[in-house]
Amino acid sequence: MTALAWGFELAATAGQTTSTPGFFDRLRAFYLRSDAAKGYLLLSPVMIAMIGLLAAPLILLALYSFWTQVGLAVDTTPTVARYQEVFGKQSYIDIFLRSIGMSGIVTLVTVGLAYPMAYYVAFGVKKYKFIWLILLTIPFWTSYLLRAFSWKVILGYNGVINSSLMSAGVIQEPLGFLLYNQFAVVVTLAHAYAAFAILPIYVSLEKIDRTLLEAAADLGDGAWTRFWRVTFPLSLPGVIGAAVLIFVPTTGDYVTPALVGGPAGQMVANLIQVQFLKIGDWPLGSAMAISAMAGVAILVVFFVSAMQLAVRQIR
Amino acid sequence: MSKPARSAKRMGDPGGGLAVFAVAYLLFLYVPVLLLPIFSFNDSIFTAFPLKGFTTKWYSQAFADDDMLRSLVASLQVGAIVAVASTILGLFGAKAVTRYRMPGQGAITGLIMLPLFVPEIVLGIALLILVNNLDLELSLITIGVGHVMLCTPFAMAVLTSRLDGFDKSLEEASMDLGESPWMTFWRVTFPLVAPGIVSSLLLTFIVSFDEFLLSFFLAGQQPTLPVFIWSQLKFPNKLPGVLALGSLILVSSCVLVVLAEWVRQLGTSERKVGVA
Repeated sequence: MTALAWGFELAATAGQTTSTPGFFDRLRAFYLRSDAAKGYLLLSPVMIAMIGLLAAPLILLALYSFWTQVGLAVDTTPTVARYQEVFGKQSYIDIFLRSIGMSGIVTLVTVGLAYPMAYYVAFGVKKYKFIWLILLTIPFWTSYLLRAFSWKVILGYNGVINSSLMSAGVIQEPLGFLLYNQFAVVVTLAHAYAAFAILPIYVSLEKIDRTLLEAAADLGDGAWTRFWRVTFPLSLPGVIGAAVLIFVPTTGDYVTPALVGGPAGQMVANLIQVQFLKIGDWPLGSAMAISAMAGVAILVVFFVSAMQLAVRQIR
Repeated sequence: MSKPARSAKRMGDPGGGLAVFAVAYLLFLYVPVLLLPIFSFNDSIFTAFPLKGFTTKWYSQAFADDDMLRSLVASLQVGAIVAVASTILGLFGAKAVTRYRMPGQGAITGLIMLPLFVPEIVLGIALLILVNNLDLELSLITIGVGHVMLCTPFAMAVLTSRLDGFDKSLEEASMDLGESPWMTFWRVTFPLVAPGIVSSLLLTFIVSFDEFLLSFFLAGQQPTLPVFIWSQLKFPNKLPGVLALGSLILVSSCVLVVLAEWVRQLGTSERKVGVA
């Protein structure tokens, strides 16, 4: 409870106004003079909402990871026992590593497929670019749950692929390896996060000054060299952005592994969900969530620095 | 773009091969979305080819389900309230960051956009812990409050791009001519921003209406539509109903997105797409 009180004190001070007349007059004078004060005042509703609904819950989550579940209550004596539990159990570590590996593959596949697509819209499409961009973003706005479910329908034992292949006479028995494994998770996630890859890459490609390419051509560079020496390095900010935008949320994805992953395709989020809604060990679930987020954050920092180093190498 | 063809070719034009890839990619994006509507009219409980025959019975079956109708109404209510609340929050916030410069602005914008970068499972359990510590009961209200947090970054993004480049001299002129700040807002600012507001309302409504995981953690007795659909997925005989319902949701989402984009482009000469 103390943690919560603290969180809300924080939220309260952000929106506090004292109504002493003298103070108020001075505040008013300050407000009229200061642009920043007007800005802060306009920002205060959204700030209060985000501190109360985002920052405070996340701080509480971090605190929970240092507490202990005792029956239905929590013992708030600080301890790192939950983290020892998380890192001491091989099956947890396996699922952590598996999640990171699968998200890494999803990121590679999604960015790899999205790059030529974004390149086509940026450089190949002359008219109706706008239509292409809308077409590429519409699926992103449709229900994620239903898109994941649709892949279950496609890959299932009696699903679209198997029934089509069987009625075409290509196979006699349904293929069992399509659904309920890591492959199914990777395909479904690569589809779900397509827009996250296409848009940042497209934006960075579109921003490239075309005269740079002309200059490279005038200086005798062929099409391929031009791409590697000019276009690709200049588009890397978009690629890095896309990779981070895909890697971070997919590591914590729940719906897709739950629907199409089967036992072999379960990820961290499924483990956390079980702790919260089935077993009821919230501190342990919190420690898992914090550990996973910290691990992902460290990897992202490494990845971004490595990519920036690579860019310097190319140039 | 009025350069000679040779020069255009030089500027990285990929040629025809990539166009084939682009079309194949679009198919990959759309086939899963289009399969649900196709099977929703198929006269079979199995989602398999070849198709059996045309039927609309799955639709009438889905709409005969009272639990489904209640969760549909719940989702519509939550979505409408969340859209209005997050758009108001986003409007004030977008106005602040586009009109004024203040210290710490980057950090503040970062916090507002943070929900887009945190896995939803983490947001879900963090909010569940909060609700539990406040001794609140899980209900549509807790779902709605969670959705506001999730939808506000979308509203901020849409409205910031609309307000960016807003000519503040228009407001100053109105004030100089004797209008009060309030009337200036209604007669100058609001009409200029209105397309952004409508677009934000539509998009935040879609995000809330489609949101599953937060609702899954924050739901009480009354589920929202995605949570209801999730509970139905366990039963194979409910599958056709889910397909019918899912098709309607997909189609209405598409219509709303196109509408939102179209409204957002109104009055802007430069056509740019900005998602999240």
